Amino acid sequence: MVNFRGIIIQAMKFTKAFISIFFTLLLIWALQTKISLVPPLGKFLSPADGFWQNAESKHILPTLDLKLKGLQGKVTIKFDENHIPHIFAQNEHDLYFAQGYMTATDRLWQMDIQTRQAAGRLAEVIGPKVLDIDRYHRRMGMVYGAEKTIKAMMADPVVRNMILAYTDGINSYIHQLSPRSYPIEFKLLNYAPEDWKPINCAFLLKLMSETLAGGSNEFAMTNILRKFGPATTNDLFPDYPMHEDPIIPTGTKWDYFKPLPIPKPSANFLAGMADSTNTKPRVEGIGSNNWAVAGSKTASGYPILANDPHLNLTLPSIWYQVQLSAPGMNVYGVSLPGAPCVILGFNNNISWGITNVDADVLDWYQEKFRDTKMEEYWYNNKWNKTTRRVEKIEVLGQKPVYDTVVYTHHGPVVYQNNAQKADGPDFVPVGHSLRWIAHESSNELMAMYLLNTGKKYNDYRKALTFFSAPASNFVFASKDDIAITPNGKYPLKYKDQGKFILDGTDPADDWHGWVPFEQDPTIKNPPRGFVSSANQSSTDPSYPYYINWSFAPYERGKRINDRLSVMTKATVDSMRILQTDVYSIRAQDILPTLLKYIDPTKLNAAQLSAYDQINKWDKNFTPNSIGATVFSNWWSQLYNAVWGDDFADKTLQNNFPSVDRTEKLLLNEPTSKWFDDIRTPAKETAADIVNKAFAAAVKEITDRCGKPGANWQWGKFKKMEIASLSRQPAFGSGNFESGGTASTVNALHDGHGPSWRMVVQMGPKVKGYGIFPGGESGNPGSFFYNDMFKTWNEGKLKELLFMQSVNEQSPRIKSTYTLTGK
Amino acid sequence: MLFFIILILSFASGYFLPWWIVAVISFLTALFIGTTAKSSFWQAFIAVLMVWIVLALFKSIPNDHIMATRIAHLFHLPGWGYILAVTGILGGLVGGMSALSGLLLKRAFQKH
Repeated sequence: MVNFRGIIIQAMKFTKAFISIFFTLLLIWALQTKISLVPPLGKFLSPADGFWQNAESKHILPTLDLKLKGLQGKVTIKFDENHIPHIFAQNEHDLYFAQGYMTATDRLWQMDIQTRQAAGRLAEVIGPKVLDIDRYHRRMGMVYGAEKTIKAMMADPVVRNMILAYTDGINSYIHQLSPRSYPIEFKLLNYAPEDWKPINCAFLLKLMSETLAGGSNEFAMTNILRKFGPATTNDLFPDYPMHEDPIIPTGTKWDYFKPLPIPKPSANFLAGMADSTNTKPRVEGIGSNNWAVAGSKTASGYPILANDPHLNLTLPSIWYQVQLSAPGMNVYGVSLPGAPCVILGFNNNISWGITNVDADVLDWYQEKFRDTKMEEYWYNNKWNKTTRRVEKIEVLGQKPVYDTVVYTHHGPVVYQNNAQKADGPDFVPVGHSLRWIAHESSNELMAMYLLNTGKKYNDYRKALTFFSAPASNFVFASKDDIAITPNGKYPLKYKDQGKFILDGTDPADDWHGWVPFEQDPTIKNPPRGFVSSANQSSTDPSYPYYINWSFAPYERGKRINDRLSVMTKATVDSMRILQTDVYSIRAQDILPTLLKYIDPTKLNAAQLSAYDQINKWDKNFTPNSIGATVFSNWWSQLYNAVWGDDFADKTLQNNFPSVDRTEKLLLNEPTSKWFDDIRTPAKETAADIVNKAFAAAVKEITDRCGKPGANWQWGKFKKMEIASLSRQPAFGSGNFESGGTASTVNALHDGHGPSWRMVVQMGPKVKGYGIFPGGESGNPGSFFYNDMFKTWNEGKLKELLFMQSVNEQSPRIKSTYTLTGK
Repeated sequence: MLFFIILILSFASGYFLPWWIVAVISFLTALFIGTTAKSSFWQAFIAVLMVWIVLALFKSIPNDHIMATRIAHLFHLPGWGYILAVTGILGGLVGGMSALSGLLLKRAFQKH
């Protein structure tokens, strides 16, 4: 009896112990597992493994010795007060090894995620919700293009050594990591960094091509042509704007080359144009500025170069500042994390900068397939075989997805049918193949290497022949010369070939070879004493080749040219002031006309207040300006009111006529039928629409900001923040006040803006100045994550520490790393 | 005694072993020298909580709590102190539960 009771008690004890152990193990399992979007909490929060390990100390080691396998000699890295590495190596191999090592130290996760994005490998670490993004990148041919490019790069011994050394440097860093020292984002997403591969360098360059030359409006334009007919389409979407101030000044002679014969338009194109009855939309605000001023216009007598590329701003910063020094080379500037070399910068002899050309290098071909199997397509009057490429996409927690992409000789059929497109981008037409410059093999890193080591104008010209895409306006300055070249590999096309969807069956619609590099538009030491670009038209219509039919609006370019024309004795500070200029050429062009239509006696109190503000406005988009808020809203209301009714059809994808064409309507054609709102029985004129837009603008601002007052100021009205790449608001900048808008030189707009401002004073002793919105470190727990933001936001530059030798002393040097082989 | 052993072992291991080692330490310590369920749980709870908070502060103070503040915001908490408290309590819970399990297992094998 007693014994029996003892057994029960014993059993209960075991049960209790097991229950406790069970729940303890359950707790530990839960804390070690990523549940939905929540990181494994035990791992993530514990001081041993978690985010606390990523809290960087403010106490910086003054010296550090590192033994790294693979180094051939000694490398010394000096860090300045912004933790910018100044790398001194005894040979180029070690130089790029150290660049890879340092970039990985500061930016490993950024490099990993951007490569994954380009390669369509996000779902592997994030899960099925991003599978469509991966499929899109695969089907657009990003991997196809990167594979061709890395092959071309590896065939060039200089670039091959550069990429291999850079890759080894990155991997040398990755191999010394333990899970507790992984960058924070790996811990948040719960995956481990993988080895870097040379092709990743190609992926990053393709990603740049996608950002800057990966959109198109051909699908929308074709629908517009079908709806409105050729006469109206040509009227509303002209090939050259009313207002323009092209990069290569108007009237420049093209006598430095004999152009190739221009291909004849295809039958399909001509038919579309004769008929009298019958890709990702491009983003405004991704533009950039650069210019160079000749010594005749500067205080020092030597040229000054300036560049500020505008991109979608992120934290970690898009760029990574670095100085690279080895025998035969000493260059300073910004690099792209994941690619060797300096991309924008200067050395003791030359400086260079880049803006986007926006060439028409992405075309859609309407294909005629024999049947739904898509094994054959009609081209050149016969059936031709398609090829197939199988993309294997790994998906977190699921079986891999195998996606077959059909290729014609043009390129991939991005979406074969509507089911496959599903929620894919609107601009991609179903059943069409894609011809895109990013599919070409290219060797941009050679261009960069030649610029990094360049000494004079001829080196610059030679470097450009290696740069295919994205086509860029390369500005140049040396002690003696200034120059600019809208440079890239331009397909040889008939005029407007690619304004609309092309006919895949007709060889006349193929790309007809390439414009020879030496025939790209270029200008050296022009009489006006400066060169500049701001994404406007590359040339006037007299240039023999077709580059594109529309470019960014001319306003930034016009303002820059207006200012530079009158500038004398220019200094670095003159350039800085111009980079942060917020004067609105758009307001200058149209505000007087808009105001003529307003009768102040018919306004209510809020409208009258807005009217007074805009009347006395100096046309500057300063943060405290109320006129800027009124004008900006008034203009966008007007623009939408003019076109929103006629272009309401969803297939037109909101592809409205340009700002320039709308201005022409307002200034020269006030009785045009386009002002009539076809949704109302009344016949509206320009006066009606301008007044309606004004009332709507005032209402919108009042709804958002209350009665007229300080809340109406542009800096308070406009939302601006630098978002984090991990899309975590806690890792971003938060909203901040700023001036400028997309059409001002300081183009801060909707999260876009100057990702790097650089000014270089050439001369016997070159001096560089620069700033970017963020910091060198990609770690949100670092003092160097966002330390340069404040200076950038104040519109100031920092003098760059351009060291001439490893032994140069400077109070700005805070620490020194010594790297040796092992 | 239990408290000090867990405190010292957890602290030392925090520099080179994964986070769940505190569970093993608490479990084994209670298994060998635990006395009552209540005291085992609470001694381990307090010991691990203290170790985690101290180790976290070692990292966070020279960082001016930049990282802890960002992570607090990530979890929609107002400041770094909150994420520190959550860290401590989580560690404490793992330690406490493990010690309790150790103690109960020891009891189950004990003859009385």
